[in-house]
Amino acid sequence: MLDLMSGFVVELRNAGLPVSLTENLDAMQAIKHIPIEDRDAFKYALATTLVKNEQHWKAFETVFEVYFSMRGPGYSVTENEDGEIDEDSLEEWMSQQMKGMGGRGSGEDMSPEEIAEMLYRALMNGDEAMMAAMARAAVTQFAGMEPGRPVGGTYYLYRTLRNLDLDGMLERMMEEAGEKSESDLTTLQERLEREEFQNRIDDLKKEIEAEIRRRLVADRGVEAMAKTLKKPLPEDVDFMHASREEMASIRKAIQPLTRKLAARLARKRKHKRRGPLDFRATVRQSLSYGGVPAEPRFRNPRPNKPELIVVADISGSVAAFARFTLHLVYALQNQFSKVRSFVFIDGIDEVTRMFQDEEDINNAVHRVNTEADVVWVDGHSDYGHAFGVFWEKFGHEISSKSTVMFLGDARNNYHATNAWVVKETAKKARSTFWLNPEPKSYWDTGDSVISEYSTHTDGVFECRNLRQLEGFVDHLA
Amino acid sequence: MGENNFDDLASVRAGLKSVNYLADEGIASVVFLAERLGKPILVEGPAGVGKTELAKSVAAMMNSRLIRLQCYEGLDEAKALYEWNYKKQLLRIQSDRGANAGNEDWADVQDDIFNDEFLLTRPLLEAITADDPVVLLIDEVDRVEIETEALLLEILSDYQVSIPELGTIKAKQIPLVFLTSNNTRELSEALKRRCLFLHIDYPDLDREKEIVLNRVDGIEDNLAEQVARVVRSIRQIELKKSPSVSETLDWARTLVLLGIDNIDIEVAKESLHILLKYQSDIEKARKELSIEG
Ligand SMILES: Nc1ncnc2c1ncn2[C@@H]1O[C@H](COP(=O)(O)OP(=O)(O)OP(=O)(O)O)[C@@H](O)[C@H]1O
Ligand SMILES: [Mg+2]
Repeated sequence: MLDLMSGFVVELRNAGLPVSLTENLDAMQAIKHIPIEDRDAFKYALATTLVKNEQHWKAFETVFEVYFSMRGPGYSVTENEDGEIDEDSLEEWMSQQMKGMGGRGSGEDMSPEEIAEMLYRALMNGDEAMMAAMARAAVTQFAGMEPGRPVGGTYYLYRTLRNLDLDGMLERMMEEAGEKSESDLTTLQERLEREEFQNRIDDLKKEIEAEIRRRLVADRGVEAMAKTLKKPLPEDVDFMHASREEMASIRKAIQPLTRKLAARLARKRKHKRRGPLDFRATVRQSLSYGGVPAEPRFRNPRPNKPELIVVADISGSVAAFARFTLHLVYALQNQFSKVRSFVFIDGIDEVTRMFQDEEDINNAVHRVNTEADVVWVDGHSDYGHAFGVFWEKFGHEISSKSTVMFLGDARNNYHATNAWVVKETAKKARSTFWLNPEPKSYWDTGDSVISEYSTHTDGVFECRNLRQLEGFVDHLA
Repeated sequence: MGENNFDDLASVRAGLKSVNYLADEGIASVVFLAERLGKPILVEGPAGVGKTELAKSVAAMMNSRLIRLQCYEGLDEAKALYEWNYKKQLLRIQSDRGANAGNEDWADVQDDIFNDEFLLTRPLLEAITADDPVVLLIDEVDRVEIETEALLLEILSDYQVSIPELGTIKAKQIPLVFLTSNNTRELSEALKRRCLFLHIDYPDLDREKEIVLNRVDGIEDNLAEQVARVVRSIRQIELKKSPSVSETLDWARTLVLLGIDNIDIEVAKESLHILLKYQSDIEKARKELSIEG
């Protein structure tokens, strides 16, 4: 068991989770109190001792499912006295699984149509046990898994799902539900029904995925599988290469982040600045110390909030970065006296109004992408032209209260840079920063002219992910 | 702690249910382990999902006294742990002076005024010195400053307090401790390491329905199901603030009071403001559920 556990912790660390020694020991203690055959309780015991951040739960779960995929009810892998997995039974179990992969096994005597039909019934009735059984049968029938074949789990998942036509099943379920009810479903009822069915289908998909994973682990071993499944934590996902799913995870992570940042910034401001001595309050306080002014009192400082000006490149690959940064900045707008924002590709447009009019930041960000007038000639980045127009139209509004943030990769398609705009901006503004979503090693390669701009600023920061963005904003206030 | 309070996981869940708290397996496991390991639980999650209620319910289930330390910015040792009642001390000195004017030495005075009589016991000290079984709830711990957090950590590690004038006071028993956080700031790594971690999220459909059935008098099963479904649906929309369990309960109670047994479009439209607090959220939800107009 000891080996098993330390191996598990190694995999967690590989996945980027910080696990300390004490936590490791706590986990060892915890599982002593849990009946080992209760797989869920076992999982929660590990999670509560090893994972102290909700954002890391998904990564934990993936590692857990891979690492302990061969344990649990229905997978009769027995342990010997030392708590190690018994080699013989493991082998036997694996060979059974392999047989299943050959196309025979649990779903052996059913035709594809029968499996699909039983699955449909199970979904319609919300029969979980039947759904799990049919998920296994479906994998056996449709995935076409072969031992040693070097393809990923997604391939098998795709093959299984394609054969099941779950979208079709959903529509069929909706029809059946409609027929069953006495009157026509209202739009509300329809939505609720659909969600319920969709939920069941999602559960089924998870079940199928788990089944494929179990078989892959049996075939290839834990380490190999853990490696292929490794995914970055939301705060480390690269803005420029995020998949749709990762985008969603970043969006989800951004809200708690802004709450945290706002509280931190507010606290910082309060602590950093002390107002002048409040004489009367000090004397009043001294009465409780027999007239000794032991505790000096200070007036509340006048909060000195900077005015923020954001100038963001929203072209192609850096668009996601700009969106998240704008989102973050506006979620924090109470921390600034004013926020103004400008977006550009080769033309530039002010979008401050969109954030003022829309209560919902997501809507505003959406409007920026669809309504802002940022194309001048061909819609390829031209920092030089955009900056020139920016200076001409808005340069006079920059003052010693302004903090200016430029966002972009400074890939200028070999146009003129007009770097003097950044220089003049920096002269007038309180501070000027540049955030670049590209890895540092790419800066100033190809058509990137980041240094020409950044030499004039008070700092240039690599901002590839939420973690770095958070670090910057923290530094800002 | 010695004696185990819970036989097994199932008895935790059943015990909580008997005091009308519906726990899922994750919650029950962590409570069970906290008691077995004598470790505090750090409970995180969105507002109104039952973090505070969990501590209360565990206390009720165990027939323990609940001692609550409500945290706020500026909470310090004097309010969390103990404080000398200096007004009373001053009075004592004054009255002593009156009695035997001039001829007493400082040591006597000190013995006289630094004893239990003048000690104002605050929640943390109270929990440590309690003879009877207690559950300590440190609510919204993310609101205190780092220094106070360090104090909490010290106490949760040693379960003892040293008061310079009195010496060290050791806990007679290790209380079951809950710390809740709304995650407005990152807590220190040291505190997190010390605690078991429990993230409570919005309940799934079945559990929310159970909560409604348990907490709303006179509600029919069918209406509870519909309430839970609509709430689940609304939580899938990206909103400023998703409805919490307490809002679900408010809504369900209102529907019962109005004698409604079926949620149709009209009902949903008229009562959405009980579930959602922001006008923009209400409008968005109306649009999404297509119950506009
Ligand atoms: N699992 C549950 N079983 C029964 N009732 C629940 C449950 N979860 C929440 N509730 C109900 O929701 C109400 C709100 O819960 P509570 O005040 O504990 O939330 P909280 O998480 O502490 O919120 P906040 O972060 O705002 O302090 C409780 O009073 C209770 O009625
Ligand atoms: Mg609370």
